[in-house]
Amino acid sequence: MEGDIAEMGKYIGVGLTAIGMGGAAIGVGNIAGNFLSGALRNPSAAAGQTAMLFIGIAFAEALGIFSFLVALLLMFAV
Amino acid sequence: MAETAAAGTGMPQLDLSTFSNQIFWLVVTMVVLYFVMSRVALPRVAAVLADRRGTITSDIAAAEEYKLKAQQAEEAYNKALADARAEANRIVEAAKAEMQAELDVQIAKADAEISAKSAESERRIREIRDSALEMVTDVSKDVTGDILRLFDAKADARSVNAAVSARLKGGA
Amino acid sequence: MRLGKARVRNKGTRPVASESGGLSIKPMEQFEVKALFGGDISWYTPTNVTLWMALTVVAASALMIYGARGRALVPSRAQSAAEMTYGFIYNMVKDVAGHDAVRFFPHIFTLFMFVLFANLLGLIPFAFTTTSHIAVTAVLALTVFLSVTTLGFILNGTKFLGLFWVSSAPLALRPVLALIELISYFARPISHSIRLAGAMMAGHAVAKVFAGFASALGAAFFVPVLAVTALYALELLVAVIQAYVFTILTCVYLRDALHPSH
Repeated sequence: MEGDIAEMGKYIGVGLTAIGMGGAAIGVGNIAGNFLSGALRNPSAAAGQTAMLFIGIAFAEALGIFSFLVALLLMFAV
Repeated sequence: MAETAAAGTGMPQLDLSTFSNQIFWLVVTMVVLYFVMSRVALPRVAAVLADRRGTITSDIAAAEEYKLKAQQAEEAYNKALADARAEANRIVEAAKAEMQAELDVQIAKADAEISAKSAESERRIREIRDSALEMVTDVSKDVTGDILRLFDAKADARSVNAAVSARLKGGA
Repeated sequence: MRLGKARVRNKGTRPVASESGGLSIKPMEQFEVKALFGGDISWYTPTNVTLWMALTVVAASALMIYGARGRALVPSRAQSAAEMTYGFIYNMVKDVAGHDAVRFFPHIFTLFMFVLFANLLGLIPFAFTTTSHIAVTAVLALTVFLSVTTLGFILNGTKFLGLFWVSSAPLALRPVLALIELISYFARPISHSIRLAGAMMAGHAVAKVFAGFASALGAAFFVPVLAVTALYALELLVAVIQAYVFTILTCVYLRDALHPSH
C-alpha cells in the first residue's frame, strides 16, 4: 500500500460532498414536480408562475453547487 | 500538496493574481456593452416595436372602418332588396286588384245575365204551369161535367166550375 | 470525484505514462487565465479574458444591432430573435420588479446579454468561459447587491430596513427573524455569484473529464462521446437558464429595493 493517508481522506471527503448534490437534485425535482401538479390543476395560472418556478429551482440548485464547490476546493485547493 | 496544486492543477478561479486583470476587463466590457445596448441597440428595437404596435393599431382601426363600410353596404343592399320586394308586392297587388275589379264586373254581368235568364225561365215555367193548371181545370170541369152527365145529374156548368175550382184550390 | 477515480485508474494501469504526460485529465486547465501575447499578467494585460469578453460584446451587438438592422415591420428571423429577447427581459423586469423598475431596464438587459453570451460562447470547444470565474461573477453580483442596497436606502430612507422587520410575525419572533433576514440578505451576493460560476465550472469540468475518458477507453470511445453530446445539450440549457436566473434574481432584489414592505 503506497500513498498518502491525507490524500485518501481528501478523496473520501470529495466523494461525501456528492451526497449534497443528491439533496439538491431532490429539491429541484420536488419543486418541478409540485409546479407541474399545480399547473395541471390550474393550467391558466401556470404561465404566470414560471418565474417563481425558476427562482425556486435556482435557490435549490445553488446549494448543490455549493457542495460541488466544496468538492472542487477539497480536490484542488486543499 | 498545496504548492503543487497552486502550480499545476489547482483551481485557476482561486488564483488571486489574475483577479485584478479579470475585474478590470469585466468593468471595461460592462461599460462598453452598457453604452452599446442603451444608446444604440435598445432604442432601435424599441422604436421598431413601437412602430409595429402603431401600424397594427392603425391597421386594426382601418379594418374596423372597412367592416363598418361593409355593414353599411349590406344594410343598403338589404334596404334596396326590401324596397324592390315592396314594389313588386305593390305591383302584384295592383294587378290583382285590377283583375279582381274586372272579374267582379264580369261576375256581376254574368250574374245579371244569369238572373235575367233564370227570371225569364221562371216566368216561362210559371206560364207553362199556369197554362197547365188552367188546362187541368178545364179538363177537370169537362170531365166533371161529363161524369155528371153520365150519372144524369143535373148540374149547371157554373156550379160545376165553382166546385171544381174550389176543390182544386183546396187540394192544391 | 470522477476525476479522482480517473487519476487513480491512470496511476494503476499505466504508471509509466503519467510520468511522460500521456493520459492526464486536467479539467481545470480550461479555466486558466493566459496572457494573449505572453508575458506576466498585470491588471491591464490583454488576456483570454479580454478576448472572450470582447467576443461577448461583439456577439450581443451582432444580435441586437446587426440582427435587428432591417427594422422591418414583418421581422426577419434574427430581428425577431432580437425583439423577443428585448420583450422577454422587458416583461421580466415589469412583472417581477414592478412598473417603476422599467427605468433600470437597460442595466438589467446589459447584465442579461453579458451573462447569456458569455455562457453560450463558453460552450464553443476550446473557448474560455469568463462567467466560470468567481472574480467575474462576484463583481457582477456585488455590483447588483451594492447598487440595489444603495437604491433602497435612497428611495425609501430608513423604511428600507423594514425589509428585515417582518411585521406579520409575532413580536417576540421579530428580532430573531430580523437576524435571519439580515444574514440571508448578506448571503445574497454570495449565492448569486457562486451559483453562476459554479454551474458553469461544473458543466465544463464534467465535460472535460468525460472527453478525457474517450481517449482512455480506446475502442469504446463512443460511450463517453455520446455522454459528452448529451451533456453538451444539457449545458446549453443550463447556460440559458443560468443567465435567466441571474437576471430574474437581480429583478427580485430590485423589487425588494423599490418596495421593501412585504
